[in-house]
Amino acid sequence: MTIRTAIFLAITVLANTGGEIAVTRAMKDFGEVRNFRLGALFTLLGRAFHAGWMWLAIGLLTLGFFSLLTLLSWADVSFVIPATALSYVVGGLGAKLLLGERLSPARWAGIVLVSVGVALVCAG
Amino acid sequence: MSFPAALRAKTYTLIALIVLFGSAGNLLLSRGMKQIGAVRVGSAMGLVRLFMGIFSSGWIWMGIGGLLLFLGCFMVVLSWADYSYVAPAAATVYAVVPLVGHLLLGEKVAPLRWVGVLIICVGVGLVGHTAPSTTRQE
Repeated sequence: MTIRTAIFLAITVLANTGGEIAVTRAMKDFGEVRNFRLGALFTLLGRAFHAGWMWLAIGLLTLGFFSLLTLLSWADVSFVIPATALSYVVGGLGAKLLLGERLSPARWAGIVLVSVGVALVCAG
Repeated sequence: MSFPAALRAKTYTLIALIVLFGSAGNLLLSRGMKQIGAVRVGSAMGLVRLFMGIFSSGWIWMGIGGLLLFLGCFMVVLSWADYSYVAPAAATVYAVVPLVGHLLLGEKVAPLRWVGVLIICVGVGLVGHTAPSTTRQE
């Protein structure tokens, strides 16, 4: 793996995970959804797109998407897509450090297994 | 950590919907793109034909609809559940897509992918047994 590939892989994984963590942060600000009527849900999701965290999420997810496309322009898809399964482990770390979630050993074990499983499915 | 049964049920329902809409969205997009056929984007006309094909395909519009519903459910469940719970649980999509692709679309699935599907199921099972939220204020 070249340094260029490693850098773009890191950008892809960090931007996608960071984007999803920002979505989580935005939704936590609204509090637990209790009204599941369709109109109320659309209003909530519409309001979510006015939150700063949501725009940060959109920016990061867009960066992640274009970084992935750039990476795929020279690196093998059979390497790139399985490698992005690292996102689950990075997401666990981000959730612990940035969102204050408490990850038990069982959850960590599950996250690592899911990462390995997704990498195998994508590589197979 | 105790977690109210009603909230656990709500979380499971939303994750099931995420998996359903995510899998359906991907499978419908796959079906739509296969109907369009192999893409040759070497020329401007090729690109125009590709976009015409994409935007006039009912399968692709249904796929986009499925993925929008997936996104909506993902956002709603994150309003109370942990990201470190939802993201790995939603990875069930990676297990369901090869399974449905094999059963409904007759796709061949390599043995390595079946091993991956099994490992994902064990991982999701482990995550599923933890409390869906560790940051929730009563």
